[in-house]
Amino acid sequence: METGTFRVKRGMAEMQKGGVIMDVMNAEQAKIAEAAGATAVMALERVPSDIRATGGVARMADPTILEEVMKVTTIPVMAKARIGHFVEAKVLEALGADYIDESEVLTPADEVFHIDKRDFTVPFVCGAKDLGEALRRIQEGAAMLRTKGEPGTGNIVEAVRHLRLINGQIRKVQNLSKDELYAEAKNLGVSYDLLLGVHESGKLPVVNFAAGGVATPSDAALMMHLGADGVFVGSGIFKSDNPEKFARAIVEATTHYQDYKLIAEVSKNLGTPMKGIEISKLDATQRMQDRGW
Amino acid sequence: MKIGVLALQGAVAEHIRSIEAAGGEAVAVKRVEQLDELDGLIIPGGESTTIGKLMRKYDFLDAIRQFSADGKPIFGTCAGLIVLAKRIEGQEEAHLELMDMTVARNAFGRQRESFETDLPVKGIDEPVRAVFIRAPLIKEVAPEVDVLSTYNGEIVTARQGHLLASSYHPELTDDYALHAYFLRMAKEAASVKR
Repeated sequence: METGTFRVKRGMAEMQKGGVIMDVMNAEQAKIAEAAGATAVMALERVPSDIRATGGVARMADPTILEEVMKVTTIPVMAKARIGHFVEAKVLEALGADYIDESEVLTPADEVFHIDKRDFTVPFVCGAKDLGEALRRIQEGAAMLRTKGEPGTGNIVEAVRHLRLINGQIRKVQNLSKDELYAEAKNLGVSYDLLLGVHESGKLPVVNFAAGGVATPSDAALMMHLGADGVFVGSGIFKSDNPEKFARAIVEATTHYQDYKLIAEVSKNLGTPMKGIEISKLDATQRMQDRGW
Repeated sequence: MKIGVLALQGAVAEHIRSIEAAGGEAVAVKRVEQLDELDGLIIPGGESTTIGKLMRKYDFLDAIRQFSADGKPIFGTCAGLIVLAKRIEGQEEAHLELMDMTVARNAFGRQRESFETDLPVKGIDEPVRAVFIRAPLIKEVAPEVDVLSTYNGEIVTARQGHLLASSYHPELTDDYALHAYFLRMAKEAASVKR
């Protein structure tokens, strides 16, 4: 009997496919998310849009929030640790978090090294905005990926950019000849073996979700069309007018992303989605996607 | 044999790959009309609460019950096992209520307790590589349910006539024995009907 194998970690993410993982800040929101059909929840102290608004250093949530959420839900509970902050991650593992997000939404604790994720029994999800980042995180032991997007903006444009870029880079790697892979591995800053895997399979070796800016059912369906395996919704649900309805609508649009009549139906009378931010209005220090390397 | 994999949420592609590797044909099933063309159905792993809700929303409960009443085989893995069960511990409502057994969700604990192991299964020659992820257990079965394997004395694989259920994920490995076993069930069911 072996726990914490890469297959067990990656398999857990496979079970999330086609699903929606929702940010929640307390037990009540967790119950709403589960009732709406979320496949997991992310327990947080503040959603990204509030982190933006408040400023200051964003850290791992108070453990009582995680405990409270784990108590009321039967679906997996994820939690965020700062980039490079392996002690926060160990604390989350000790608390029983089912998945740890080493997240750029929080203020990075290390500007050089990400967490050695192989050193954990629980699996990690990490953000990536290009293929190099994606494969570096996998090399470090991440068992699931997500686009970085631009969290807390309600603006899908960055998530689209990241997913399209990763897809394009994968196609390029597939078309390289084998002897060209060495140089490409150097260009991307990744291991040759991982790149060879992408060259042969034409896909990433782990599940890749969309995240960072999903605000409407159509946003979720768009990301599924672009090849995301599922969707993270952060501020989009509990910053909308009617979280319950929004949550259900996003779940259904993710399952039936090719059924436009259905998406039209679930999009009716949803009320106002979260107020968005135009990306060009963000100055460099406010761009979360530039955290990590 | 044409096997459908219920594709509302969960690990659909892995089952399709495993069925094809075991010599069958496989399709993702998103709408009830698709059930008509199938010889068997797999309900995959995922989150049983999500799958259960979407099954209700898109009228799959009665359609799959009819599919079963027609004698067509169904195989549930992990969440799929929960969906098949008549009774779920701690919950008033079950989903398809087809297999006469009581199941417990997340019976091993949280993700850190998830594991893989080699598991002997009745009717299959070699032990199966079984991946347990926040897995359920079968706590009680009716006399007509055949126990195919246990782990630490607890039931993890069971069969009731044309219904098959496993707590673990055979689709996450390159071991296709359980999928081959299910394909044989589908063949038997098809030959009885003809």
